[in-house]
Amino acid sequence: MSEQKLQSQTVQTTGHAWDGDLQEYNNPLPTWWVYTFYVTVVFAIVYWTIYPSWPIGKGWIGGASNITYVNSAGETKTHSWNTRALLVQDMNEAAAAQKPYFDKVSSMSYEQIAKDPEMNGFIISAGKSLFADNCAACHQSGGQGVVGFFPNLADDDWLYGGSFDKIHETLVGGRRGYMPAFSEVLSGEQIDQLANYVASLSGIGHDATKASAGNVLFHTDTAACFYCHAVDAKGRKDIGAPNLTDNIWLWANVPAAQGDASKVAAIRGVISSGLNKGVMPAWAGRLSTEQIKVLTVYVHELGGGQ
Amino acid sequence: MQTGLEDQLGLYQKRIPIFTRSVKGRFRRFKTSVLVLAYAMYFLLPWIPWARLDAPAQALLFDLPGRQFLIFGLTVYPQNIIWLAFLLIIAAILLFFVTGLVGRAFCGYFCFQTVWTDFFIWIEKSIQGERPTRVRLFRQPWDREKIIKVGSTHGLWLLVSFWTGLSFVAYFTYAPQLVLDFFTGRAADAAYITTGLLTLTTYVAAGLMREQVCTYICPYGRFQSVMYAPETLAVHYDAKRGENVHGRAAVRAGRGIVTERRHDRAEGGISAERRLINLTTGARALAERHEKGLGDCIDCGLCVQVCPAGIDIREGLQYRCISCGLCIDACNTIMDSFGFPRGLIRYDSESNLAAATRTPPRLHWLGLKTLGYGAALILMSVLLVYSISSQDSFDRAVSQIRQPLYVVLSNNDIRNRYQVRITNKAAQEQTYFITAADIPADALDLGGFSEISIKPGHSGLVQASVHLPPALAAKIERFNLVITPKGKPAEARSESVHFDSPNRRP
Repeated sequence: MSEQKLQSQTVQTTGHAWDGDLQEYNNPLPTWWVYTFYVTVVFAIVYWTIYPSWPIGKGWIGGASNITYVNSAGETKTHSWNTRALLVQDMNEAAAAQKPYFDKVSSMSYEQIAKDPEMNGFIISAGKSLFADNCAACHQSGGQGVVGFFPNLADDDWLYGGSFDKIHETLVGGRRGYMPAFSEVLSGEQIDQLANYVASLSGIGHDATKASAGNVLFHTDTAACFYCHAVDAKGRKDIGAPNLTDNIWLWANVPAAQGDASKVAAIRGVISSGLNKGVMPAWAGRLSTEQIKVLTVYVHELGGGQ
Repeated sequence: MQTGLEDQLGLYQKRIPIFTRSVKGRFRRFKTSVLVLAYAMYFLLPWIPWARLDAPAQALLFDLPGRQFLIFGLTVYPQNIIWLAFLLIIAAILLFFVTGLVGRAFCGYFCFQTVWTDFFIWIEKSIQGERPTRVRLFRQPWDREKIIKVGSTHGLWLLVSFWTGLSFVAYFTYAPQLVLDFFTGRAADAAYITTGLLTLTTYVAAGLMREQVCTYICPYGRFQSVMYAPETLAVHYDAKRGENVHGRAAVRAGRGIVTERRHDRAEGGISAERRLINLTTGARALAERHEKGLGDCIDCGLCVQVCPAGIDIREGLQYRCISCGLCIDACNTIMDSFGFPRGLIRYDSESNLAAATRTPPRLHWLGLKTLGYGAALILMSVLLVYSISSQDSFDRAVSQIRQPLYVVLSNNDIRNRYQVRITNKAAQEQTYFITAADIPADALDLGGFSEISIKPGHSGLVQASVHLPPALAAKIERFNLVITPKGKPAEARSESVHFDSPNRRP
């Protein structure tokens, strides 16, 4: 009874009637909700004006605030705020923060940089990102290289020398490794003998008879390997001819080959077809002098240098 | 029948203004001393100087950009975040412990909402006068007097709120410089925003909302009930004594009641002699009331008038009660003046009030819950103190370089490389040595950094490379890198690291 009375007082109907007595309650939205909605509409209009809301046009449509930045050409530009300009601004700030360190890099010698704890920290972090951006595509992120393609920079073997100056020279001017294909001048038998000799230098299982014949070929003008790889087969760093007596393999994938026969076969493959693919690009025009210097020290630290 | 549609309960209740009467007594004195102590700490701590080598000379500085908290002689780095966890756990347990014993003591005496509200009410009272004057002022139209009084109250509130906000910011940057920069418009945006927000929230919470914060916003006020035990002491009205059979009754004059409400200032209260007279006449009056079945409560309403939460404690324990004890002070004052025994409203437990024979209220230490909280509290405090006092003077992180995991050198040796990061947590520059244990001495190569000097609060990076002949590499799976501060061999710490080789892939 009392509830019915309440109902008639508080709940209104829309005034529509169907089938004579079917009515519809009118439950309007709460007032606070409606006003909040109006406020959001007003807010949206204000927001629209203050913030950049349309990617087109000029003037007020770009928002209330401006951004000033220096572009790559060194010109100071000002226009309505956008994240692209903000990125340029942030990049400029980061470059400015790094500048004192790069300035130090250019004024210090390699040895000084390598011994200074603060600079060492900078080399480790800045060198890492420079290496990752420019070098890691071939030499891999840790400098371990890929056998058969790109030399390992983390080991203690340096094709062209591991001093700061030599590494710098390699970075600035690039390198081109080359070995002629001996299948054109030697018979298959002779190549096999040479391969066995090279295997013997590194302590890999080999045919002793073939190896001694290979030794003769190596040190005479028939194959003339010693011109580049030197009489003791330890290579010549001035031309990047590798040391054949150690356990580092760049072109012949000996470490991955299973069994002596296939190791010898891998060596035979390189002698037979030679190689003309050891290209390291020159970085002089692409990186700044300081960046190359940072990378020099970084690469030197990777392999321990010489 | 459709129910629910029609009984629409309003979600918003307009604040009913509360005009608290000031009162004197034990609890008021305690609250005032807590207020003075808390304000002295909060407002003065950032101004205490403390000489440091390479950090601002401020005793308490939460240096966010420098990633360090400077707390007097202690420097807390982000890696010590566990201390904050310990501290928060201790605070939580302390809260539970105290609440189990004496109810919402935190709410009533220590909560910043209570302390600031208390101070704001004091300002209000100082400007606008005692409760009746304030009620009159509230009701009168906006004339000159009302505008000046109410305006200056709000102005003073805003001033206190502003200084509260600025003091908070002063914990995060060098305080003297902040104040100078703040008023010359050179302080950081964050300083203005934080101060502005805190000014606003302090003003709104302590000046305008007050008890509404405790009633509607604060979750602690709501979950406190689960921490109460029947033995928990809380502010209670002794209904049995106050109501008797026929309930409360006002005291009528000429019934042998001594009304000594107005204390003589020179006497500083009721003198002992007068009190004795009151007691004897009071005892007679009480006996008379008891005969008629009347309770001891004279229904003067003072306990309601002094309540900052605007409740009537005589309705029993309720969630709005912040347990500040002011009604106890109020009731005791009245009881004294009538010569009735004190403690009609008092700290007591529900179990004692319900018991047939009453015992004097006491703390119940020996509950399982209380003992458990106490033990946890002691354990966590010991852990925190131990953790802070036994911390190393430096932090180290040794990570193996995983790309490549190992390198085979030209003579078949295996090389692993490690990155060692040392963070100097001591107050002065320190040199560190790195050595290796369990491997041959010449196996470790540190480049140019067999020793590295690190400034306080800074980190140093060293690349260590270790090479072992294949036979040894096959045997050694782990070894230790030992970092020793120069001249402090006792503080040397070793880090066990993995050694990878081709035959033993991880």
